[in-house]
Amino acid sequence: MTTIILFAPLVGALLCGFGWRFFGERPAQIIATALLFVSMILSWIVFFTFDPAGPTTVTLFRWIESGTLAADWAVRLDTLTAIMLVVITTVSAFVHLYSFGYMEHDENWKQGEVYKPRFFAYLSLFTFAMLMLVTADNLVQLFFGWEGVGLASYLLIGFYYRKASANNAAIKAFVMNRVGDFGFVLAIVAIYFMVDSVRFEDIFAAAPGLADQTMTFLWREWNAVEVISVLLFIGAMGKSAQLFLHTWLPDAMEGPTPVSALIHAATMVTAGVFLVCRMSPILEWAPSALAFITYIGALTAFFAATIGLVQTDIKRVIAWSTCSQLGFMFAAAGVGAYPVAMFHLFTHAWFKALLFLGAGSVIHAMHHEQDMRNYGGLRDKIPYTFWGMVVGTLAITGVGIPLTHYGFAGFLSKDAVIESVWAGGTTAAGLAFWLLLAAAVMTAFYSWRLIFLTFFGEPRGDKHTHDHAHESPLSMLIPLGVLGLGALFSGMLWYGSFFGDGYQEFFGASVFFRPENTVIHDAHYAPAWVVVSPFIAMIIGFLVALWFYILNPALPGQIARNQEVLYNFLLNRWYFDELYDRLFVRPALWLGTTLWKGGDGRTIDGFLNGVAMGVVPYFTRLAGRAQSGYLFHYAFAMFLGLVVLIVVLAIAGNR
Amino acid sequence: MQNLLSLITFLPLIGAVVLLVFLRGDDEDAQNNAKLLALFTTTATFLLSLFVLFGFDPSDTGFQFVEETAWIGGLTYKLGVDGISVLFVMLTTFLMPITIGACWTVKERVKEYMVAFLILETFMLGVFVALDLVLFYVFFEGSLIPMFLIIGIWGGKDRIYAAFKFFLYTFFGSVFMLVAMIAMYMDAGTTDIPTLLTHQFSSEPVRILGLTVMGGAQLLLFLAFFASFAVKMPMWPVHTWLPDAHVQAPTAGSVILAAILLKMGGYGFLRFSVPMFPVATDMMQDFVFLLSVIAVIYTSLVALMQEDMKKLIAYSSVAHMGFVTMGIFAANQQGIDGAIFQMISHGFISGALFLIVGVIYDRMHTRDIAAYGGLVLRMPVYALVFMLFTMANVGLPGTSGFVGEFLTLAGAFQVSTWAAFGAAIGVILSAGYALWLYRRVVFGDLIKESLRSISDMDRREKALFAPLVAATLILGVYPALVLDVIGPTVAALIENYELALAEAGVRLAQN
Repeated sequence: MTTIILFAPLVGALLCGFGWRFFGERPAQIIATALLFVSMILSWIVFFTFDPAGPTTVTLFRWIESGTLAADWAVRLDTLTAIMLVVITTVSAFVHLYSFGYMEHDENWKQGEVYKPRFFAYLSLFTFAMLMLVTADNLVQLFFGWEGVGLASYLLIGFYYRKASANNAAIKAFVMNRVGDFGFVLAIVAIYFMVDSVRFEDIFAAAPGLADQTMTFLWREWNAVEVISVLLFIGAMGKSAQLFLHTWLPDAMEGPTPVSALIHAATMVTAGVFLVCRMSPILEWAPSALAFITYIGALTAFFAATIGLVQTDIKRVIAWSTCSQLGFMFAAAGVGAYPVAMFHLFTHAWFKALLFLGAGSVIHAMHHEQDMRNYGGLRDKIPYTFWGMVVGTLAITGVGIPLTHYGFAGFLSKDAVIESVWAGGTTAAGLAFWLLLAAAVMTAFYSWRLIFLTFFGEPRGDKHTHDHAHESPLSMLIPLGVLGLGALFSGMLWYGSFFGDGYQEFFGASVFFRPENTVIHDAHYAPAWVVVSPFIAMIIGFLVALWFYILNPALPGQIARNQEVLYNFLLNRWYFDELYDRLFVRPALWLGTTLWKGGDGRTIDGFLNGVAMGVVPYFTRLAGRAQSGYLFHYAFAMFLGLVVLIVVLAIAGNR
Repeated sequence: MQNLLSLITFLPLIGAVVLLVFLRGDDEDAQNNAKLLALFTTTATFLLSLFVLFGFDPSDTGFQFVEETAWIGGLTYKLGVDGISVLFVMLTTFLMPITIGACWTVKERVKEYMVAFLILETFMLGVFVALDLVLFYVFFEGSLIPMFLIIGIWGGKDRIYAAFKFFLYTFFGSVFMLVAMIAMYMDAGTTDIPTLLTHQFSSEPVRILGLTVMGGAQLLLFLAFFASFAVKMPMWPVHTWLPDAHVQAPTAGSVILAAILLKMGGYGFLRFSVPMFPVATDMMQDFVFLLSVIAVIYTSLVALMQEDMKKLIAYSSVAHMGFVTMGIFAANQQGIDGAIFQMISHGFISGALFLIVGVIYDRMHTRDIAAYGGLVLRMPVYALVFMLFTMANVGLPGTSGFVGEFLTLAGAFQVSTWAAFGAAIGVILSAGYALWLYRRVVFGDLIKESLRSISDMDRREKALFAPLVAATLILGVYPALVLDVIGPTVAALIENYELALAEAGVRLAQN
């Protein structure tokens, strides 16, 4: 059954991408969407019926085999896979459905240009690659999916290929991800070197032994597990846009909004979290690497949230929010609470996809205006979208009844993250706890700011656009409704499985805990102030947003003027892009030119055939005087030379 | 069929002779006949070579389909294939009909053009099947002549310069190889390659001009061969002939140059350097790693800044060959498997990329990247094919480009983490230059007036790409087709290599 789930989207992508000429545009889209709904239904069946005790693996056929290095095409099913299956196929299926409405009239295309089947084919292709990633039974196949989603992301970010900004963003995303892949590939070959296998089963079995071994990497000996874990995490950082490798994610918003919801919120960017949880049997033995993950995760959560405070593009606010929430997940994984990381991944998928699709609905209504400064008062014009967004916001900010398990999805999962980090007990966890709380305040602030700026107050910007603002069609509202259900209930429904008493049974062998790792157990006994702290953080953020944007709307502008340096620092995303441009991009280009003109041109050519020999130019001049037919003479001379050579050798051989 | 390899090797030459002798005139009919005959000959050669492929027994690590006859003087004519060479034969015969198809638009001296390619095919095949030093040398050098003419006569504006640069670089390298071959003959008393493979060349230190040379005769011989193969690959810093040659060569010439001629260097390393001079190979490992990593990073950076499409792809070829040399000198199963796979795969990918440039060059007569932009709007099929090969060039898993790159990295990591680390940086840079090229040529809005009426690929062009697309994807998803064939032979090669090293180590310890 998992095999069908896996390949239905591929079939859909091929039929839709290549077949639309035969059976028409709309049927092609319907085929792709229908196949995804099949995948989705089967995924839920699998989710409710699979046996968490151990992984079941179906090997399809051989892939790369060289000596002891053997990677097959296989389908592995365990709890981690099952969770990802439902997340991927459900969000994807509804994003497909949503795209019917959203992509109907796209002003980026001229009359007669066919773009919809291509869009749907890319979406389905992405889904296939993502499923390959989560069903892999070895690291190389996982890497196939990893790169496959990268390709689909590249194609979809650059979907409006006329726009320079979209093309640049697409390349940026791909190349930044490659920086992460650089670490990931080295991790894979390092694991192969140490374990002599790339299969998960073998790697996991060898992990405890590995913890006592050292390996030479570059200039010194290191603990093998630590090196491997850090390299793996560098891969995860690229895919999940963590601090230092994050700059591509906001730019990725150049892609159509359904893409942002599917790829850059719910699924692809969480692949890094999945990888870290998947590799928990390795990571558990690498305390330093785990601390590193905690730091990076918490710093990302904090840093991205600060930027989210001041952004004005509705999609970018949500993008920074995604970046920040991914940091929450990594922080949880870093303290060893892998199920909690997966829990937040799971709930985040619903409410973040909801927020993005809601934003898409707003953008759709406002004729592709994305600047929130030109919104305002849209509550009555697009009421369903408004309520969808509010549910998403209640979920992401973590609204619920303190000290109970009743609340929106984010209330349960985010609180679980913060409690786990508190229980982590390490220095990294101690710092992370406060960073995450600060991030939670900011999350509430920017999320409500988005709601207030968009739906409340007076209409700003182009009056004509506001007059024609209209609610989206049903194909877009149904996905909002379904994801809204997820944002409402997914936390409460699965709290027990992911974080409650049933987590060990639910996760089975798919994640590994060292006996010393009692973080989830300890988290359950967090003191009341810890448990309530995220709720208070949420209230503070909400109240400040209320004060700033409803009660005293002049205030934000004043603060921005008073604190201009800080404001610009945040607005310009901590100047990371500028820094990287000076640090990497320009030097690389300069080096390329220098090596080309100076290295190849002056030095090598200058030395080899200029100064030292002067031969090539000499011959060239000689031949240049004659006609090019003259070359035959040279060729003939060469031929004669060869013949003479053979004769000489023959005589020598005859001695 | 006892003479199968001879038949395959010389069938193109027969075709060439037939063309030269029987075809008269230079009108359109004669031109068409020349092309058709060449196409027929190369296709027949390919079909014949399938018998070799299907008759080949991968589990036998020795030479198969061996033919041996006395030749002029005391020389022997000996052919045969093993797991290392058989796929290069297949690569050559597979690509030749496509290359001939790519010549269809040529209008001048068509007959001679076809003759040049047919002779070239014979020489190339000869290189891969020759089992005698002299024979190998003749084929190896002989292949220079038709390529020299293809660049020098049918090339671009600066073709003469490029042709001579190509010729002199590669010829200069192989002079040393000739000297080494004579020395080998003196030492071993035979030019028979299978015998030489079992001969142990001395690795005792020798004193030359007051300098002690560690590695002795092996090292000297190794260096002589190295001079030739390194230029051919080409390795940094003797690579500068390649961009010039590619830019000036006609499309079909570039295809052959990148897809097959470069592979002679890698094949040479595997046929001669590693198995015959194991001690020297081991000594030179770090040096070759250094050159390989420099090649990967340096040429990738240079590729980034190119303004000429062909030059960009040429530099990218050098970078990819860096992975090959790194893999070969890792001297383990993954490294060498990966290197061979990378060479085969690069044959398809670089060949296709040069054809891709050829498609728009035929239409616009410029290779300037800046002259294009927005082609996707007029040429969707072209854009798709270009995208596929761009991704294959970048080494995306699922295409053949990934397997070789990954295996060579896995091989190198076991020997030197520095080498793997450095080469992995190339993984980032290749994405940079390849996607940037694609973005500038294919994406963007179509604003240039001259491109408004550009037409998509026609049926002939699609037919040229179809087999390459299929090969790239099939080998990407099921690389066992290649790895199963080369695996056992490579394993045997490594076994002998390590045995030889161990023995040399023992001898060294005794002294």
